[in-house]
Amino acid sequence: MAETESLLETPLAGLHRALGGRMVAFAGYAMPVQYPAGIMAEHLHVRSAAGLFDVSHMGQAELLGEGAAAALERVTPADIQALKPGRQRYGLLMTPEGGIFDDFMVANRGDRLLLVVNASRKHDDFALIESVLPAGVTLRRLPDRALLALQGPGAAAAIGPLAPALIALSFMGVAETEIEGIPVIASRSGYTGEDGWEISAPAGEAERLARILLALPGVQPAGLGARDSLRLEAGLCLYGTDIDEATSPVEAALTWSIGKRRRMAWDFPGAERVREELANGTARVRVGLRPEGRQPARGETMIHAPGGETIGSITSGGFGPSLGGPMAMGYVARSHATDGTPIELIVRSKPLAARIAPMPFVPHRYAR
Amino acid sequence: MPELKYTQDHEWVRADGDAATIGITDHAQNALGDVVFVDLPEVGREVAAGEAIAVVESVKAASDVYAPIAGRIVEVNSALTDDPGLINREPTGEGWFFKIEPADAGAVAALMDESAYAAFVDSQA
Repeated sequence: MAETESLLETPLAGLHRALGGRMVAFAGYAMPVQYPAGIMAEHLHVRSAAGLFDVSHMGQAELLGEGAAAALERVTPADIQALKPGRQRYGLLMTPEGGIFDDFMVANRGDRLLLVVNASRKHDDFALIESVLPAGVTLRRLPDRALLALQGPGAAAAIGPLAPALIALSFMGVAETEIEGIPVIASRSGYTGEDGWEISAPAGEAERLARILLALPGVQPAGLGARDSLRLEAGLCLYGTDIDEATSPVEAALTWSIGKRRRMAWDFPGAERVREELANGTARVRVGLRPEGRQPARGETMIHAPGGETIGSITSGGFGPSLGGPMAMGYVARSHATDGTPIELIVRSKPLAARIAPMPFVPHRYAR
Repeated sequence: MPELKYTQDHEWVRADGDAATIGITDHAQNALGDVVFVDLPEVGREVAAGEAIAVVESVKAASDVYAPIAGRIVEVNSALTDDPGLINREPTGEGWFFKIEPADAGAVAALMDESAYAAFVDSQA
């Protein structure tokens, strides 16, 4: 199609087409939204067995040099200096005003930090990080590396015989190993709420690695559609949709990603806003929502107090295949944010009854 | 059984006695993906041709379903409420949406036949 002509491709584009993937534009890349099985089947398969996702569009980079951890802390409130070798952590990049510039994963590989950032933000993120680096610390982009996510309760049994070093990891552990001779760096993490790994490999070996993983028992390909419904069931934010430069970590209920030491030193961009909001609360807060019945409410749906005024809006919403019903996340006035609070969602001009609900909607099953 | 007629909104219409039965095509259900919810019009409602009168929600997105002809809604497929997946499994059979008593008896005949619809779908690809 014309609209996909100018899009970038990942090293697995040929494999996606061979597997019958339906390609759509996402963050400037042609990516498979689904394969012939469909979003529902792919989603349920990840929850019951294992799915393989191509997330090579995401930005990978290394931060090298003495003081790399301290340097990265100039743009994030996460405690990077306390991150132990072989461990990974979730963090936020911040604007000077206290908004969220992006969210990311950082792993300590001993002699360097490995970063994974969102595809839509990678160029801006890397420029931001480079702008604060002291002499002797360098950011090296890794555009020639692919990233695959193997996710699901069957992932460990599938990959164990090939890569015992990966089974030895606990949630958010990182290791270098080989899979049938392919050198990989893998973290026991993901974006589905399930056990699994995100596996970084040289682009030239990506298709061979993907075919090896797809041949494992119980592993099926899964596309971006299932990735989105899985992450929403898991209560995980999508940058640009649920969080953005106007959103603070306190509003987004992501203050757990701010290191304790950082919360005493207040030495990160936007610390003033975060400090004030932690002390006094925010006007709005990110919550989960469960509509009654089966009708989904999508992003940008307005949230009203029952029969009353607007109190917020949905940022992500849809149908949870494992939940067996609709679900959403969004922002509401703090006065209406308690779990169980009845609210109304205005869908096609009609009120749809719903309640504030705890997240995740489907329990996480990480290998802790 | 009378042949199916089609619209550019990817609906099919079967003129069956006094009423025309309407649903979405196999092409449409395939493009939508797994259907999880339908919002059907009220029986008795007078509708204009081209009016958005129903909504079909898939895991991915919501889409309008239009009245292909003017007339009155005389029946809706309440089985879809409990089992919206019928639309994916049997789009031109048990997955029908609603029946319209046409205001103009000749309206259905003026719609596209199967080969014209197939050519239309190809032109959209």
